[in-house]
Amino acid sequence: MGANVSMREGYGRALVAYGEINPDVVVLDADTSGSTLSSYFAQRFPERFFNVGIAEPALVDVAVGLALGGKIPFANAFAALMSLRAMEQIRTCVCYARANVKLAAGYAGVSDYKDGPTHHSITDIAVMRALPEMTVVVPADAAEAAAFVSLVAEYEGPIYFRLSRGAALPARDGPVELRIGEGLTLREGGDVTLVATGSMVGRSLAAADLLSGRGISARVLEIHTIKPLDVALILSAAEATGAIVTAEEHSVIGGLGGAVAEALCSAYLAPLERVGIDDRFTCTAPDSDTLMDAYGLAVEDIVAAAERSLARKRS
Amino acid sequence: MTFHPESLIISLEDRARELRLDSIEMIYRRQAGHPGGSLSAAEIVTALFFHEMRLDPERPDWPERDRFILSKGHASAVLYAALARRGFFPIAELREWGELACHLQGHPDRLKTSGVAMTSGILGHGIAIGAGLALAARLNQMRYRVYVLLGDGECQGGVVWEGAMTAAQYRLSDLVGIVDLNNVQLDGPVHDIMPLEPFADKWRAFGWAVLEVNGHDMRQVLDGFDAAREVHDRPTVILARTTKGKGVSFMENDAHWHGVPPNDAQYAQAMAELRGEA
Repeated sequence: MGANVSMREGYGRALVAYGEINPDVVVLDADTSGSTLSSYFAQRFPERFFNVGIAEPALVDVAVGLALGGKIPFANAFAALMSLRAMEQIRTCVCYARANVKLAAGYAGVSDYKDGPTHHSITDIAVMRALPEMTVVVPADAAEAAAFVSLVAEYEGPIYFRLSRGAALPARDGPVELRIGEGLTLREGGDVTLVATGSMVGRSLAAADLLSGRGISARVLEIHTIKPLDVALILSAAEATGAIVTAEEHSVIGGLGGAVAEALCSAYLAPLERVGIDDRFTCTAPDSDTLMDAYGLAVEDIVAAAERSLARKRS
Repeated sequence: MTFHPESLIISLEDRARELRLDSIEMIYRRQAGHPGGSLSAAEIVTALFFHEMRLDPERPDWPERDRFILSKGHASAVLYAALARRGFFPIAELREWGELACHLQGHPDRLKTSGVAMTSGILGHGIAIGAGLALAARLNQMRYRVYVLLGDGECQGGVVWEGAMTAAQYRLSDLVGIVDLNNVQLDGPVHDIMPLEPFADKWRAFGWAVLEVNGHDMRQVLDGFDAAREVHDRPTVILARTTKGKGVSFMENDAHWHGVPPNDAQYAQAMAELRGEA
């Protein structure tokens, strides 16, 4: 899949392909199928697609009922509404009742740059990973979003599957074997570790290139599963490099940075610098790259964070 | 419509009285629970578990079983009593309700208690979840029916109506809602807190077939479920007029008894009244 393919395109096509081989997969949307691209599934399998209208709480509850009836529902909505308006449904009826529902949360982060802060989703990882029984998966690019569809469908239990509207820098050239719960070492390095998720994986690889030019050897980990966190991988990198940076298209509160801080503080203390959106609301922008850069998610921000982390290690 | 012999009606009425006695005893013993809405729902729950629904306590996960969702999950006492009396777990376990090691939670938990089709307790979810279960039945070409018992106060919440629209859109005629219309909620009379009337018109406007019964008249309740089976193009809601706290004179129509347990003297009087001794 090329670098210019959007994550939703990769997801939407893969959902159809997986629907061909697994008749138990059903898809729901809340009047956003033309945006999330669950519309591809709707066109191919109209009898297995349910549009509940602009009603995210019912979207989740109807999906719960389908799961209780033995189906594998992918419930699609904008991440901001899925994670906030339907939060109680997700907590009580999906997680507590352990319903096998797949929450496909589109337009996550600031990828809906045009619509502005009402539609930006920068707190969803924080709220979702606080829920018992929930698994949180954040693909890094279109190819990975596509590859995760079958894994998400065949995983037993609730998953929050965080998807972006747009394209991201590709996380890697070729295919890699993905396993939910297992992070990936994308690049070896001994001075500092960049721990990235989602759209920040490609940016972190670019940052590692820049750091290399400055004589700094940066290890790059991709954490696509934020919960359950691959603590062993993160701790071994912390011990090996002694300096950590996290990078995510999310608030600095409670997301990947929070999860990594929790892991480090209970086992191994290494200086941690978090790249994310500061504790404030965002704004509208002409494109998502401009918006990410303006809110502290630029490649240079990762480089600067790595240098701060290294300086703390040496002090 | 099936004719229901008087002997059936009498035996079900006896069963409803037994569930009321169980509910009050459980709530008294635990000193917690919701007596008012358990007593108002006794005939409805009895009719479902001892006549209307296809169930097999030996196979609680039987795929073809009818599903019951207690959307008004706080009336768990009467559900637990029905499940135990129907054979899903030993009656003696009702006495352990609320203990740390007991499978019976404050509100129903599908993972812990045999026979509970869906976890509930937060109001409003039952209709939308029931719609999903009915959709799954259709996709799986199974014939089970889905019954959702709601409180009237619960229908003040928006997700009830989101789910109602979904059920109507997909013409889910195997989904039956029953509203326990006892007209009392935690803070007072429903018509004072947030009126629902014209309630039947609301459901009709949302695309549902509407039946109205006296929820304490066992024959009317059974006839309502029979009539719902004759509707093939839309979901049905049965509006069951009831009395909150039914059967215990000092609890009837009094919001105080929504979620308060009786003391020793009140318990003795309540049990005597329910046994017909007072």
